[in-house]
Amino acid sequence: MKVLVPVKRVIDYNVKVRVKPDQTGVDLANVKMSMNPFDEIATEEAVRLKEKGVATEVIAVSIGPAQAQETIRTALAMGADRGILIQTDVDVDPLNVAKLLKAVIAEESPNLVVMGKQAIDGDNNAVGQMLAALLDWPQATFASKVEVSADKASVTREIDGGLQTLEVSLPAVITADLRLNEPRYASLPNIMKAKKKEIAMKTPADYGVDVASKLKVLKVTEPPKRSAGIKVENAAELVTKLKSEGVL
Amino acid sequence: MAVLVIADHTNAALGEATAKVLAAASKLGGDVDILVAGQGAKAAADAAAKLAGVRKVLLAESDALGHQLAEAVTDTVVALASGYDAIVIPATSAGKNFAPRIAAKLDVNQITDVIEVVSADTFVRPIYAGNALETVQSSDAKKVITVRTTAFKAGGEGGSASVETIAPAGAAGREAAFVSEEVVKSDRPELVGAKIVVSGGRAMGSADEFHKVIEPLADKLGAAVGASRAAVDAGYAPNDYQVGQTGKVVAPDLYIAVGISGAIQHLAGMKDSKVIVAINKDADAPIFQVADYGIVGDYKTVVPELMSALG
Repeated sequence: MKVLVPVKRVIDYNVKVRVKPDQTGVDLANVKMSMNPFDEIATEEAVRLKEKGVATEVIAVSIGPAQAQETIRTALAMGADRGILIQTDVDVDPLNVAKLLKAVIAEESPNLVVMGKQAIDGDNNAVGQMLAALLDWPQATFASKVEVSADKASVTREIDGGLQTLEVSLPAVITADLRLNEPRYASLPNIMKAKKKEIAMKTPADYGVDVASKLKVLKVTEPPKRSAGIKVENAAELVTKLKSEGVL
Repeated sequence: MAVLVIADHTNAALGEATAKVLAAASKLGGDVDILVAGQGAKAAADAAAKLAGVRKVLLAESDALGHQLAEAVTDTVVALASGYDAIVIPATSAGKNFAPRIAAKLDVNQITDVIEVVSADTFVRPIYAGNALETVQSSDAKKVITVRTTAFKAGGEGGSASVETIAPAGAAGREAAFVSEEVVKSDRPELVGAKIVVSGGRAMGSADEFHKVIEPLADKLGAAVGASRAAVDAGYAPNDYQVGQTGKVVAPDLYIAVGISGAIQHLAGMKDSKVIVAINKDADAPIFQVADYGIVGDYKTVVPELMSALG
């Protein structure tokens, strides 16, 4: 079984983002970039499927600038077999990402797509569901537990109020939530080995997808700032304050 | 202009999010209908019909809809879509699951997590865990919008819309099948809509301590219980308690953070609360930068004092 893992290069989880003064976006200059954390979880899950003998090949695909090769190398160092970079400097919107991935799937015919539930930059939480829709495949989002057999997957999902378990026939799209697994750190020998693995270089035009978006960003602004309040000495003083605020 | 709101509900009852999504939908202008897609959901549909400003309520029922399976909800909504210019969906876990599927089937982008409707095609939404706000304009013919419900105030009741039963669309025997659900029944208010939220963090140290410290304080205040990601990851609290960028976004009148340091991802889920209280023994914890009132001290002594001060 082939497993496809889409991975995105985003501003590192720990970096405090800054809005550009001209309101055209957030500042990406000299900022540490990493693989989207949910995609790391998805990569880990796919690699574990390979280690269990369920998956035969794990393919990491990324859409982004030339530097997104580093993101693919991270996936390769974790255990993915090969990579595909669809190179573009356009910030591709979720629908067009899904269309590009659909075109990759038409060529690669994977039985399963495992991907992060959302990227921590745009916070859309959309591509997995969109891809499933375009392929007319079943979807199992926000997965916290996945068991894959030959032709189906049992997926436990995090929902409001608790957990839901679904059984999806394959091929299917699964999106990873935080608690699916703890991604490994790539070992130095594996990082070295990853350098020799193949990354196919493509462009959106190769897949016949126009990545111009119908969703136009007019401006990006700072959210209203919350200022620090006061320290109170004890619980009694706190209760008095809260009563005067009218929240108790 | 006609707008279709997809109701948040539990089959038995209408969810609080529905009235808030309706408020956002009303700002688009035009007639607003509500779709209740469920099973045994007549009561929820009747409740939706009472909301002010609704033209009509559509009720579609099947087993798959009863579990809000994305494939089934999508088929039913897409079959109705030709009659609407916009489809507005709550950003609940169910809504987040099916909304992008609907959007892609209609070949449009989703406008995610809207916190402000500027006009019928222009919206404000948070990105980067709420550390930036993006104003976007959609030129898609049909808009598929998910709404961050904490950003909108529910309107009143007093409506008397008709409830029309419609047939669910889509073939039987979907490829995704419901197996089971573990939903915790609680007498506490729902986390997202609660007026007061008490949240615990990693400092609790164990699930036992979380139960002993956080829950009695919440119950004394009639509050919902939340948790930081660290507390959930450590197994101190269940996943649906998580407040933050990838968990629930809350904006209660009062948010009490106990033993939570205040990572960016947590602040993203609660910084729009009216009053924030932080209890933490580390005076430099980032949570104090957003808290209106802070107590520097060990929760083990502060929380019992707070319990007795509350009387």
